[in-house]
Amino acid sequence: MNTSAVNPRLVKPGEAPQAKGRLVKPGWFLVSPSVLLLLIWMIVPLGMTIYFSLIRYNLLSPGDNEFVGLENFTYFITDSGFIPGATNTLLLVGSVLAISVILGVLISALLEASEFFGRGIVRVLLISPFFIMPTVSALIWKNLIFHPVSGILAAVWKLFGAQPVDWLAHFPLLSIIIIVSWQCLPFAILILMTAMQSLDQEQKEAARLDGAGPQAIFWHLTLPHLARPIAVVVMIETIFLLSVFAEIFTTTNGGPGYASTNLAYLIYNQALLQFDVGMASAGGLIAVVIANIAAIILIRMIGKNLTDKQ
Amino acid sequence: MMTLKQSRRLQSVLLGTLSWAIAALVFFPIFWMVLTSFKTEIDAFATPPQFIFTPTLENYLHIQERSDYFHFAWNSILISFSATILCLLIAVPAAYSMAFFETKRTKSTLLWMLSTKMLPPVGVLMPIYLLAKMFGLLDTRFALIVIYTLINLPIVVWMIYTYFKDIPGEILEASRLDGATTAQEIFRVLVPICKGGLASTALLSLILCWNEAFWSLNLTSSNAAPLTALIASYSSPEGLFWAKLSAVSTLACAPILIFGWISQKQLVRGLSFGAVK
Repeated sequence: MNTSAVNPRLVKPGEAPQAKGRLVKPGWFLVSPSVLLLLIWMIVPLGMTIYFSLIRYNLLSPGDNEFVGLENFTYFITDSGFIPGATNTLLLVGSVLAISVILGVLISALLEASEFFGRGIVRVLLISPFFIMPTVSALIWKNLIFHPVSGILAAVWKLFGAQPVDWLAHFPLLSIIIIVSWQCLPFAILILMTAMQSLDQEQKEAARLDGAGPQAIFWHLTLPHLARPIAVVVMIETIFLLSVFAEIFTTTNGGPGYASTNLAYLIYNQALLQFDVGMASAGGLIAVVIANIAAIILIRMIGKNLTDKQ
Repeated sequence: MMTLKQSRRLQSVLLGTLSWAIAALVFFPIFWMVLTSFKTEIDAFATPPQFIFTPTLENYLHIQERSDYFHFAWNSILISFSATILCLLIAVPAAYSMAFFETKRTKSTLLWMLSTKMLPPVGVLMPIYLLAKMFGLLDTRFALIVIYTLINLPIVVWMIYTYFKDIPGEILEASRLDGATTAQEIFRVLVPICKGGLASTALLSLILCWNEAFWSLNLTSSNAAPLTALIASYSSPEGLFWAKLSAVSTLACAPILIFGWISQKQLVRGLSFGAVK
């Protein structure tokens, strides 16, 4: 008797369907492949990482992989690259988030402020960097923009009679922040611009008639309306920013020294270049813990925003 | 004195000019890359940078013999499409049951899925590398396809869930009363209704696979290496082949860029998990 389970829903369409009778089965049966795969994907490597992090394990010096307790962790934390790596990670995530959200809001507001010739083209140009692969954008910036001899910036500097700057050598972290922001800003613009278009025009008009200036409208109407889209931007970008790798790999190799090394790159350096599996695993776990702290904070802050339907 | 209308128009022109200037600035690196790809190597390295020059196609002609471009491009195509199809096949049933048979645990399951994305890949690099080595999967397309399927699964489930949520349950009830099985319900009713949403989800998955540059750099060397790895190989200072680098990059990015331009509006809704309509 399907109809008995079905009819109540026909009466109240907005309500969540009751899980009854045969309806329960397809539910969990169909979700389980995804959940199971993700669970395996998470638990197996993580378990191995935990195990590796507790033993002495170097691919270059095979021998008995004796249990060393937390030695790998102390090594990693006291490694001269750890403090700069952790600091750079936070600086990178923080500044790119700030740049893309603030500029994203301003640029989308600018585009929404008035009708002008070729707005569609401007929009397409603005979001283009989002589709460029990280290795390409890193190399383009490195060779065609930042290059101290033939780069565009060198030409601009010379035009004003200044000495061209070797960006990647002297301002490595800033350069990488610029490259990554260039990739992330379009995503923010894409989301925020669409969100602004959905803002009720009548509401805006009403506010204007009540004597609200453009600034008041922006602060009290537009910005609150953007809370949810901004939450989404912060969430998605944090996921990508915590593991920025290709941009560093192809430009500075983390240098000079540790000036542009983030945790992801530091662990790569330990793991694949020095073949120290134990220490790299310990580092990986520390990165996971840091990422999880960020994740918990973010999900607490905006998780409700994501799942609640307006 | 300016009239109100005049000042409005002036404001519009000013804001428009500013918008164009910002857009030009943001787009400049891409424009410059494409422009450089049509220069000779000498023009590409000239100081000051050349805006006007005799264009040449020689870089594009030389790409194939220099680096076997099509081998890498084929890998990119094969890996991205296989991973996307696999991912959709796993995600659609999951999203279906989460959207239409919601339980108390659905929301926390969704958030948990997203939280697996927070796991930085370096945290599991070593185990995955060793597992791949143990099973002889290093530098194989199969390894990348499996990994890409798994890393995109949470976002794909989320996006499809968002689209399915918008479909009134009554449509499914009707087909069920007509005696449709679950499979028929999904593939005969739901998928056709959600064509647009599924297409943009697939597109996002393709973009993410195409551009992924952590696993492809660490797990492949030559046999299965996609375009991201080919381009990264140009980062070593093996001479100043910037015009050729630009040409390879242009070829590697053009398909996805054009894809993206065409579908940008659809992408937004899925990407924002329904936060933006």
